[in-house]
Amino acid sequence: MHVFSFIAAFLLLRHLLRFVKGTSLAPGWETILNKASWATVGVFLVATTLFQDGMADVMGAIYLIALLAFFTKNPDFKPTFPVLQAFFPYASVIAVSILVQLFAREFYGEWDNYFGMAMIAAFVYIFASWASYRKGQKELEKERQKRLYEEEQKKFISIKKTELEIIVASRTAELIVQKEELKKTIKELQATQTQLIQQEKLASLGELTAGIAHEIQNPLNFVNNFSEVSIELLEELKEGPLQHLPPEEQEHATEILQDLSQNLEKITHHGKRADSIVKGMLQHSRASTGQKEPTDLNALADEYLRLSYHGLRAKDKSFNASLQTEFDPAVGQVPVIQQDIGRVFLNMFNNAFYSVAQKKKNLNGSFEPMVQVRTKKTEDHIEIAVKDNGVGVPQQVLDKIYQPFFTTKPTGEGTGLGLSLSYEIITKGHNGEMKVSSEEGEFAEFVFTIPLENS
Amino acid sequence: MHVLVVDDEADVQPLFQQRFRKEIRNGQVVFSFALSGEEALGYLAQNPSKVVLILSDINMPGMSGIELLHIIRQEYNSPPPVVMMVTAYNDQENYEQAMKEGANDFLTKPLDFTALKEKLKTVAE
Repeated sequence: MHVFSFIAAFLLLRHLLRFVKGTSLAPGWETILNKASWATVGVFLVATTLFQDGMADVMGAIYLIALLAFFTKNPDFKPTFPVLQAFFPYASVIAVSILVQLFAREFYGEWDNYFGMAMIAAFVYIFASWASYRKGQKELEKERQKRLYEEEQKKFISIKKTELEIIVASRTAELIVQKEELKKTIKELQATQTQLIQQEKLASLGELTAGIAHEIQNPLNFVNNFSEVSIELLEELKEGPLQHLPPEEQEHATEILQDLSQNLEKITHHGKRADSIVKGMLQHSRASTGQKEPTDLNALADEYLRLSYHGLRAKDKSFNASLQTEFDPAVGQVPVIQQDIGRVFLNMFNNAFYSVAQKKKNLNGSFEPMVQVRTKKTEDHIEIAVKDNGVGVPQQVLDKIYQPFFTTKPTGEGTGLGLSLSYEIITKGHNGEMKVSSEEGEFAEFVFTIPLENS
Repeated sequence: MHVLVVDDEADVQPLFQQRFRKEIRNGQVVFSFALSGEEALGYLAQNPSKVVLILSDINMPGMSGIELLHIIRQEYNSPPPVVMMVTAYNDQENYEQAMKEGANDFLTKPLDFTALKEKLKTVAE
């Protein structure tokens, strides 16, 4: 019978050996357990050969119980308690059967078979519970692996998620930038469109203006010519045939003649006025017919600035203004239609002087009129700015100032063609641009640009 | 001096007659009028060598002043009459063409009659 005890002891030691293998307990226990297991085989052989069955049984029982007691007490082997437990029933049965054999031999002889069966059952129980323990362990291990796998999966997913979030964020940022760019582009396009429409309107107005002028010119010439010649005829009448009238009629006739010649003078005066308007209108049609020649724009601007200033001074001796020039020497010779650009300068300066003179008249005090002209050469165009500190352009008329016949001057003082013609000369004749900025009562600045390439 | 005025505007006739009434009365100038280039050529054919000076508008329906000038220089050029072309304000293209075809002078509308009288005097001398 003692063979079961030694097998159990051997199995117990092997199990514990497997338990310590690869753990922190290995260095201290591995060799001891290994040796102990083989020592068990040695003890078994010694017990079998040297002692009687009964003695060997006792030795086996003590050996196993001692091992169980030792390992159950040792804290290092606490995790193996479920397995150690499986040995307890067997140890109990064997202990009881030995005690019964010692102290109640007859009783034992009578129930011998039952003790044997109980012992075998307890021995089988070791294997059964051990197997079930192993199975449980395996399942636990499986569960553990599964959890590990899931955790890894989760970690992987969360990494992916962060990556995705970063990508989404960067895409979103890109899209926002694109959206802003598109918005800006649309705004620019809209502005350009409005400008183009405005230009188109102005161009067709210019053409219409020139066409009308052409048609009006001939009849107007007749009006002027006939009124002039009629004045001459009246003179003749007064000097000749009138003298032969009886004196009482003469006075009346002279009166009528006086009125007639006065009326004719009025017709001539207004005819001439209309004529100067028509001439201005006609200049629209020939805005781009001239030849471009290299021109010193700085000199041209200076010349017209002085021309305009002295023109105004001739009309109004009390007028005074400080002229400021800021010429960029890099401007040099620029191919332009000299006559046309000269007209633009004259218009700009006349307007500027008119504006400062107007402001001076209004303020009557310490106002210092100033007209400024600035030229600048950039990479691809020439920029010319004319600025005055006069009355400025009211906001609500800013988009009308280039329309033919639009004027803020009193009737007879301006035709409303100066700026429209200048605009046409710059945009149509020179492919340039014309801009205005102003603050009412403070200043007005006209800036026009002339592109340099292939002109 | 015989002057032929070619213009499609009929009112040019009383205007010239009134403007030059003194000269006409003195017999210094005689005016004939034609309302088109074709009419002018007909007049020249009937009165060869009589016309000393021709004043012609350029923009006329039918034959233009330039065409008229061309034909005059080819067919009625002995002795060569003085030809002055008249056209609207500042017409560079017509000016160049008229000069090329042999115009003696180029006048712009509205006609300055004082200046024209001076020119007629020089032609008469």
